[in-house]
Order: sequence, then C-alpha cells, then structure tokens
Amino acid sequence: MSKVPADLQYTREHEWAKVEGDRARIGITDFAQEQLGDVVFVELPKVGARVTAMQSFGVVESVKAVSDLFAPLSGEVVEVNDELAKKPETVNVDPYGQGWMIVVKYADAKELDTLMSAAEYEKLIAAAGR
Amino acid sequence: MTDTTAITPLKRTPLRDVHVKAGARMVPFGGWEMPVQYTGIVDEHRAVRRAVGLFDISHMGELEIEGPDALGIVQRLCTNDAAPLAAGQVQYSLLCHPGGGIVDDLTLYRLADDRFMLTVNAGNIDKDWSWVTEHGQGRARWRNVSDETALLAVQGPRAEGVVQRLADTDLTRVPYYHFTRGEVAGVPALISRTGYTGEDGFELYIAAPRAEHLWHTLLDAGRADGIQPVGLGARDTLRLEMKFALYGNDIDETTSPLEAGLGWVVKPAKGDFIGRAAIEEVRARGVARKLVGFEMVLPAVPRHGYRLLKDGAPVGVVTSGSFGPSVERYIGMGYVPTALAAVGSELEVEIRGKPQPARVVRTPFYPSRVKKT
Repeated sequence: MSKVPADLQYTREHEWAKVEGDRARIGITDFAQEQLGDVVFVELPKVGARVTAMQSFGVVESVKAVSDLFAPLSGEVVEVNDELAKKPETVNVDPYGQGWMIVVKYADAKELDTLMSAAEYEKLIAAAGR
Repeated sequence: MTDTTAITPLKRTPLRDVHVKAGARMVPFGGWEMPVQYTGIVDEHRAVRRAVGLFDISHMGELEIEGPDALGIVQRLCTNDAAPLAAGQVQYSLLCHPGGGIVDDLTLYRLADDRFMLTVNAGNIDKDWSWVTEHGQGRARWRNVSDETALLAVQGPRAEGVVQRLADTDLTRVPYYHFTRGEVAGVPALISRTGYTGEDGFELYIAAPRAEHLWHTLLDAGRADGIQPVGLGARDTLRLEMKFALYGNDIDETTSPLEAGLGWVVKPAKGDFIGRAAIEEVRARGVARKLVGFEMVLPAVPRHGYRLLKDGAPVGVVTSGSFGPSVERYIGMGYVPTALAAVGSELEVEIRGKPQPARVVRTPFYPSRVKKT
C-alpha cells in the first residue's frame, strides 16, 4: 500500500503540499512514484518563477514515461530541491522527505481548500489502484 | 518499445499467469501482453550486469525450414552468408525487401545440414511467415513453431553457473553464437549461447508446456547467485547500452542495413538474395545517413521520435533513448546525415521544444562481456 501521510494535502494529479506558514512544500506522492517507476530525471522551475494552481510547473521522467508536475497552489517559487538534478532516484526512495521538489510562497490561502485531505486522496488511489 | 493499441486481444506467453502472480506490471508489446518490470527497471538491469537475470521472451517467433533446398532458400531470403555455418552454429541476419529495406532482423540456427530455424521479432511473426513462405519456395517445408515453443533467456556473468547446475551437458563447450541440445531441469532444450544484453548467457528453447517448470526451477537454482526475473523494460535498456537495434524503433522497412550499421551481415559475395541489388546500389553511392550512438551533454532524456538538430536545424530523429543504468548517462541512438555521424560530432536533441546538447560517442556505450572465445 502506498503511504499517504495525514498531515499533507493532495491533488488529483498525485502531488502533495505541506503547509509551512505562508509557504507550501511540494512533491509527488508515494503512489505517483510507484506508478512512474525509476525516476531518472526531474525538471524544476527556478527560484523566483511563478506557478499557477493545476498548471504544469515541471516534468518528472522515469525510464519509460514523461509526466507533467502540477502545482497544487499558485504563487512564487522560493526554494528548489537542486539535489534532484544529481539524484533523481531520491523521489522514489523518499517522496515525502528528501524527494521534495519546490517550496511555493502561495498567493491565495483559499486555494488550500481545493486540495484533498489524506482520507480523500486515499479513496482516489484505491479507485485508481490495480 | 512501442505500445500498440489492441484491436485484437493481446497474445499471451505460457508464463503470463506466472508473471501476474509475481506482481509484474504487464503492458502491451507487439501484440503481446508482456511483463515490463517486476521490482523495477533499474534494479533488474543491474541484476543482469552484476549477477544473472531470467527473461520470458516466448513472444519471439520461431520459423523452421527443412528439406534439400533449405540452404538455398535461406541464402535467397537472408542477407548474411549461411553456407559456412555448421550444424550447431547461430548467425545474426536480416530479411530485406527487393528495395533494400529491412523486413526483420533475426537469428538463424543451423539445426542440421538441411534444416534451419529463424528466430524473429514477436510483432513480425505473421508478416515474416507470409514473406518466407511466399518468397522461399522449393524442395523444403516451412513450419511456424512459434506457438508450441517457449523461450527463456538467462543472462549475466553468473548465467553459465546457474544453467550448468541444471544441465546434463557441458556448457563450457558451447561457444558464443553456438548451441547444443540437452536437458535443463529435465526439460529437453535447445541451449544457445546468445542474447540481447551484452552479457554472457543462454537462450533456452523448450516446449511451451514445460516453460513454467523450467522458469521456477531456474529461479530456485539461481537464488544464491542473486537471480531475478527481468522484464522488457530492462531488456530495452540493456540492449540500448550495447547499441543493439530494436526492430520497429531503430530499423524498419524504410531503413537500409548499411545506414543502420548492419553492413557486416550483408554478404553480396555469396550470390544473389532479395535486396542485394538495392543494397549494393546504396553501398556504391554511399549512405546519406547513419545510425549513431550519442550521449547528452547535460541531464535530459532523449526518447524515440524526438528530433535531432544541428545548430537548431532539424537533421534527423532519435530512434531509441533512455537513461543508461550501467553507464549512468543519458544515451540514445538516431539517424543523422553522414557528415554529422563521426564520433565527437555535436548535435542537439529537441526536448519539449528546447534544443539540448548531445555528442556522438563510440559504441557500444557499455563494454560487451560476451564470451568470444
């Protein structure tokens, strides 16, 4: 079973967001990394870039597939996990920890209400699962 | 690898249920439902390079021909020279159109003086069967034994040890691209020292109903050696690191063997064969494009179908590409104009609209460790 930490919020596209004050840390879920398989490349925006909720902010590639990354929230990118350029497999090993992707200073706290809770996301992946 | 949309139901190998039970991820490939991975592509790839991997490649086709004219027919259909093959030898070869394009690539087994087997690509079995039976007539009989034959590949530095433990014949006497007959785990097998990985190893042709028994026995016998089942995903990255062509990706009916770097299996001196005149014309004129191996200068994944550029202008196309788990670089193959094909030539791959620098390199990307003794 894929891990779904209770303290995070989720998108239908399998990203997670962790609110840290006026910022949110963003990555992809355990379910997403399992489905992708071995991650071999991650393309992320630069610090200062603007991202828009549910629009692509980057790309994650496994051996077999290319997938867009969707921003859970709109705002400004204030941190980027540069380690993933050297060690993209970190996304597989620790998707909720060392495998985080960006930190966004979000523009509109109301967007948080559009995200799924852990319980809701668990239902989504149970339906999508094999 | 190309996924094909299923119009007809996908075909299954005798081991399909075994793969599903083992938790493999199944995908459509060339009309077949095949395991793409069990634990993970990179893990399986490394198991083959480090120890030994077990592959179900029963989707491959086997076409046999037997009779007094068998050699003559094979010589007329295939580009390589089969005459010097002794019974017990194997050869890489091609079927070509009269226009010189490649119908399929194959391994040719000389089973006896008057008997051969062609191992062909899964997605081409029906096409090849029509081709050989139409163009290969004479005093010989063709048989399509694909459905009754299972094929397991055991590949990696520990493959010989694992297979030998179960075999009733001395495998050290079987050199690269040779085969013998014997029993493996009590199963009568054609034991061939061939493969598609660049590692030492065997391909075992057996009767389909015995596949499950042999599969489990090989996994048990190789446990201490670190044997793992390996899916098509790692089969693809392993062959890419060797720059082995994959039919449908790197070669097809529009590519000349000479462009694809397969001139070494075209032997015009042996006499006439289908495609000879067209291929010789290309040889005389010189090839306009060549299949090269390249690596990315910066991290980026080249993929089948991406454009190859030179100073921003389109010059060719990527035919295969991936992260190479053993070379730990992003590598690919593609066709470029001959003038840009030299080692060191600088190109770009267009990835999501952006040109990413690439460089033509020496191949294979990873040194072959087959036993060429």
